[in-house]
Amino acid sequence: MPVSGWIVVDDFYCKGCELCIEACPEDVLELDMDRLTPKGYHPVKMIEETCTGCGICAIVCPDAAITVYREKPVKQARR
Amino acid sequence: MAKELLKGNHAFAEAAIRAGVEAFYGYPITPSSEFLEYMSSRLPSLGRAFVQAESEVSAINMVYGAACAGKRAMTASSSPGISLMMEGISYIAGTEVPAVVVNVMRGGPGLGNIAPSQGDYYQMIKGGGHGDYFPIVLAPARVQEAIDSIELAFDLAEKYRSIVHVIVDGNMGQMMEPAELPPMKEISKEVPDWAVTGAKGREPNTLTSIYLAPEDEEVTNLRLLKRWKEIEKNEVLYQEYQLDDAEILVIGFGTAGRVASSAIREAREEGIKAGLLRPITLAPFPQERLIELTKQVRRILVVEMNSGMMLDDVMKIVKGQVPVEFYGRMGGMTPLPDEILDEIKRVAANKGPGSDDPRDEWIPRLEGRILGEK
Amino acid sequence: MVSTTAEVVYQRPESFTDVHTHYCPGCTHGIAHRLIAEVIDEMGLREKTIGVAPVGCSVFAYKYFKMDFVEAPHGRAPAMATGIKRVLPENTVFTYQGDGDLASIGMAEIMHAAARGENITVIFINNAIYGMTGGQMAPTTLPGMKTTSSPFGRDVELTGHPIRMAEILAIMDGSGYIVRRSLHNAANIRKSKKAIRLAFEAQERGLGFSMVELLSSCPTNWKISVRDSMEFIADKMIPVFPLGDYKVSPSLEGLKV
Repeated sequence: MPVSGWIVVDDFYCKGCELCIEACPEDVLELDMDRLTPKGYHPVKMIEETCTGCGICAIVCPDAAITVYREKPVKQARR
Repeated sequence: MAKELLKGNHAFAEAAIRAGVEAFYGYPITPSSEFLEYMSSRLPSLGRAFVQAESEVSAINMVYGAACAGKRAMTASSSPGISLMMEGISYIAGTEVPAVVVNVMRGGPGLGNIAPSQGDYYQMIKGGGHGDYFPIVLAPARVQEAIDSIELAFDLAEKYRSIVHVIVDGNMGQMMEPAELPPMKEISKEVPDWAVTGAKGREPNTLTSIYLAPEDEEVTNLRLLKRWKEIEKNEVLYQEYQLDDAEILVIGFGTAGRVASSAIREAREEGIKAGLLRPITLAPFPQERLIELTKQVRRILVVEMNSGMMLDDVMKIVKGQVPVEFYGRMGGMTPLPDEILDEIKRVAANKGPGSDDPRDEWIPRLEGRILGEK
Repeated sequence: MVSTTAEVVYQRPESFTDVHTHYCPGCTHGIAHRLIAEVIDEMGLREKTIGVAPVGCSVFAYKYFKMDFVEAPHGRAPAMATGIKRVLPENTVFTYQGDGDLASIGMAEIMHAAARGENITVIFINNAIYGMTGGQMAPTTLPGMKTTSSPFGRDVELTGHPIRMAEILAIMDGSGYIVRRSLHNAANIRKSKKAIRLAFEAQERGLGFSMVELLSSCPTNWKISVRDSMEFIADKMIPVFPLGDYKVSPSLEGLKV
């Protein structure tokens, strides 16, 4: 099963600089041209479900606007 | 504690140590270098901070740093070095942190010389650095008074979160005089709530002099001005000598004031009713006392070791109520008691009206004296 | 059936305030800030750290870090940091300075802080230009580079050559950790963070003066896109300012961070 993850972009911080879009190895990010942040930027959004939660977008983000999550299997305790 | 024979700069430095100075940062310059040397020999063994900085610019910013950390911090320098420190002094004033700067003044402008002078009056009293701020300035005239001024300077700096200057001249720094040092004061463990010490268990503290919005800077300037008004009300210090029945008022500070008191003693012997007002705080200036005295005296003589800087402040306060005259020596020259005595006699005999600028009449008199001394 | 739970891979550092920065979109100041905050979080230093902000674009750095901060006059951050560290030796003290601040007006302060082996950490942002005042020539401006005060390109015959601070500071006996890194892509940002960590480790271990020079972008004043600015760092800046370790105290070698 491929690792699956997702990101949450905080519009309060995002300035739409596109560094994360450039850096994303899965090409799952894009500017959301339908929305504006409180400061007037188009924020980033996820466009595909193939995010692996690698965190590279967060590493290059100058505004610490991205929180990255990854699905983690939970080991079932034996009964 | 008994009086000992103490050299000015050493005594001032030891006074600062006993007042609990925790950091001294400085740069060598004549005639204040003994201050730095003395600190270099004493502070490390007491576990307190000493750095000989790469420049006066750096030294004052080290003081700024230690002051922000809530520690008693100071520097000492002489006129050209103080010019370099003016950047940091303005920042310290703008950040509203306490710090003490000692200026052992020498002849200028420029490199000038290393002889005693009072030519930094404007620079020290009127601000010197950029922006709207008001330094407290103490001008002691003898070693004992300087010793006492140092501790007072720290107390005032902390009370008002202000920059405090202690200005003396090269005479004072080099002079040997019997004086008594205070006992060693324990260093306060109390940390001011505004200090940067690491935000442990509290909200972070920020210390800055930047107020980008003019509205905020104006409120800050107003706060500094109102604080200054409080200082003017509470902290004026001066010495009076033979003023009770005085008809001729001599005003001088520091060494000039001290020399004037000898001249006044002699003038009294010759039957001239002269007296001395010697401001110890040049800022705040003893304005109220001077206004009172204008109602009593017939004539005023301002004596300085500069081109008549305090004179301007005196003229502003006297407002032409009494004729004001001036006698100054410049460029590192110290007036002798006889010179001032001659001036007192001349002033006592002068019934003429006052001048708008007493310097106009003083310049030819000084030129005559310079020729006579040659 | 395997059930899953959400794991946080990355989140905003605790040492950051909840403030929107004034930096231009894509400016790497924000990345440098974030790396410092992450390192301070990981080392648990926040409550004993005192930052010293400079004059320049990062003059408001103190607004973005949740820790004690002072704001120094232009170039004087190392002197202020010295003044603080000498009276609070147990605290962590760092300066954050740009190229105009550190390599021009503050040259005396930085050199002597290094010479004295002041146990402070300096984060040096080198973007080859004066950002805040509107894009004038910096001491690190590349030969031929156009700025508002070298409009025909920097002529080294008239205006001198760029200054390589990491190389200069590394020869000072008082320095314990001097490196140059870059912020132009994820791999280099990771290396930059490691360097910042080692610089703070050097301070915690009392190894003397530590400095991380970070090659940074200024798309606004370089007048190019964010993407092109990252390429400019890689293609134009790194050849003039080679990345590398210029001095690493033996006590730091082998330290796993």
